[in-house]
Amino acid sequence: MSMNKDEALLRYVLRLGDNALVLGQRLTELVTWAPELEEELANANLALDYIGQARLYYSYAGTLEGKGRTEDDFAFLRDGPDFRNVLLVEQPNGHFGDTIVRQFLFETFYALQLEGLSRCSDPRLAEIAARAVKEIRYHLRHVSHWLVRLGDGNEESHARAQQSLSELWRFTGELFAGDEVDTIVEREWNGPRLGEIEQTWSREVDAVLADATLIRPDAEWMDGGGRAGRHTEHLGYLIAEMQFLQRAYPGARW
Amino acid sequence: MYTQGLDQPGANVEKPAPAETAAELARFQARIDAEEKIEPKDWMPDAYRKTLVRQISQHAHSEIIGMQPEGNWLTRAPTLKRKAILLAKVQDEAGHGLYLYSAGETLGTSREQMVEGLLSGKAKYSSIFNYPTLTWADVGAIGWLVDGAAIMNQIPICRCSYGPYARAMVRICKEESFHQRQGFEIMLELARGTAKQKEMAQDALDRWWWPSVMMFGPSDAESKHSAQSMAWKIKRFTNDELRQKFIDVTAPQAEFLGLTIPDDKLEYDEATGHYRFGEIDWQEFYDVLAGNGPCNRQRLRHRRAAQEEGAWVRAAAQAHASKREVHTAATGARAQRAGGRSHG
Amino acid sequence: MADETWPLYEVFIRSRSGLSHRHAGSVHAADDKMALDHARDVYTRRNEGVSIWVVRSSEIVASDPAESAAFFDPAADKIYRHPTFYEIPDGVENL
Repeated sequence: MSMNKDEALLRYVLRLGDNALVLGQRLTELVTWAPELEEELANANLALDYIGQARLYYSYAGTLEGKGRTEDDFAFLRDGPDFRNVLLVEQPNGHFGDTIVRQFLFETFYALQLEGLSRCSDPRLAEIAARAVKEIRYHLRHVSHWLVRLGDGNEESHARAQQSLSELWRFTGELFAGDEVDTIVEREWNGPRLGEIEQTWSREVDAVLADATLIRPDAEWMDGGGRAGRHTEHLGYLIAEMQFLQRAYPGARW
Repeated sequence: MYTQGLDQPGANVEKPAPAETAAELARFQARIDAEEKIEPKDWMPDAYRKTLVRQISQHAHSEIIGMQPEGNWLTRAPTLKRKAILLAKVQDEAGHGLYLYSAGETLGTSREQMVEGLLSGKAKYSSIFNYPTLTWADVGAIGWLVDGAAIMNQIPICRCSYGPYARAMVRICKEESFHQRQGFEIMLELARGTAKQKEMAQDALDRWWWPSVMMFGPSDAESKHSAQSMAWKIKRFTNDELRQKFIDVTAPQAEFLGLTIPDDKLEYDEATGHYRFGEIDWQEFYDVLAGNGPCNRQRLRHRRAAQEEGAWVRAAAQAHASKREVHTAATGARAQRAGGRSHG
Repeated sequence: MADETWPLYEVFIRSRSGLSHRHAGSVHAADDKMALDHARDVYTRRNEGVSIWVVRSSEIVASDPAESAAFFDPAADKIYRHPTFYEIPDGVENL
């Protein structure tokens, strides 16, 4: 075994931070584009929750790493290959249906992951997870209702939602494709069991899709590589935009 | 100020509708003079209603459009803390627009109609938002100057005679307090930062000062509606009074920041206790108002695009709701016939 | 476009246990679930609520003000309506 349990925990926490930051950034891009004013407020809440979670994860990672790196160092001074988020969260917002499907597929998983983490043996991570799971449960309620409205709305919304589902399905496999880090966290830190999560996820997704009159795509090819820092082309642009000021004015305080 | 005296000089003064007797108008004015609040179902002159709808909807539109220049730096905010704060601020602005549309709806118009007014280009919004945000310092300048000016205008409106508008403003003012502070904090950090950052801050102040001063609108002598609005306690202070107050409060803040306000006539007058200031170029104001500011077209285009892109979503939600209501009603009817209670 | 307009709901919030629900404002929503979510997102962002009621505005029955004739609609009516508003003739600005 090449990695000790502390190293695994650090990497795991950074992955959580990266998922939260990338998704938070994606939702931030949607500000001023919501289909209705009330949805603007809802979307901003979702984005704020993710940015808040990212800050908690990154701060903790800095503590675990012990090299004095701050939350902003992790967010603004790492390049693409150092980000270890799953590919699903870096997919573009597309239209409202694409966003809702992406959120739904990820958050069904993330809520289960957080529930598991709230029982893990690292007190700080358990604490962050216990707080985050309340937020994500609300997100999931929100996006599930929307998926049902779109799937069981009119012909156009149904077609769009089905299309979004077909296109994003290839990124769901990665959620459960654990590696050494996941295994160690599961074993040494009483972390969430990916196998069990996958089954629950599948059941929950099926239930909502049924209500939405949508068809679960056939699981053909699954994309992956995020945990190893191999991303889609989208991440580079996201990072470039997000990090611009810190890169253009190195060392400045804001 | 998001209602910045957009009344054009020479616009028609409303003639009272025939049903409005002198007695009714006098009774209404007496209520106003006694500082009573007018509520949605109360009698009110036609012109009072129309003025309020115009002012409230302009104010709402300003909040919504105002999300764009500030939102422009959300994805590029330089720290996670700044990103979160700015997100919360822009979200508040959406909320303010929403409270104001709600207040407008109590007067007999609908959000749809008000929004249609904005999208068609007929309705106005505060022209300050037709300027671009070119650097991060602009975000600071907007918070410090534009929100600062807004607060000055909004606090008196908390005492406006129309209940729903006053209550919306109370809510808005409570939320607004952090908006200006976060802007000033950004400017302070920049002013005390690197030479380039200080330059950035000064440049933002150079570009935002005069448009902010113009936000209060031209002198009230130019506006026929001002006097009536004051009498009906929709407007509580004159444009000039508010503008003077803004300059008096803000000039020392600029000094504290170590930045220079781009007005070489700006000077504190010991005798009056106020700042003297230079002449305002009202041509720029009218140009921007007429649609020729740097961002007028862009702002509306963005708003229209968002509205159009969202149409299928809104329609889907409606379709879904109708389907499910029919279903619930049918289930309920069956249950009732079966002798059970319906749980609609 | 009528087929995409969401109805108006009035929102009532109980800010702390022990207090009554108070009218906070309104939201547009396509259905009841959405109305609750929107009310929560719009009106309880600063920990202002422990309980939310939403009611379709068209369901509210309001009393008459003590004053005589309301200017538009007769008494004993629903208070919030969305009639076709004034026809604004071309050439009239700022209305």
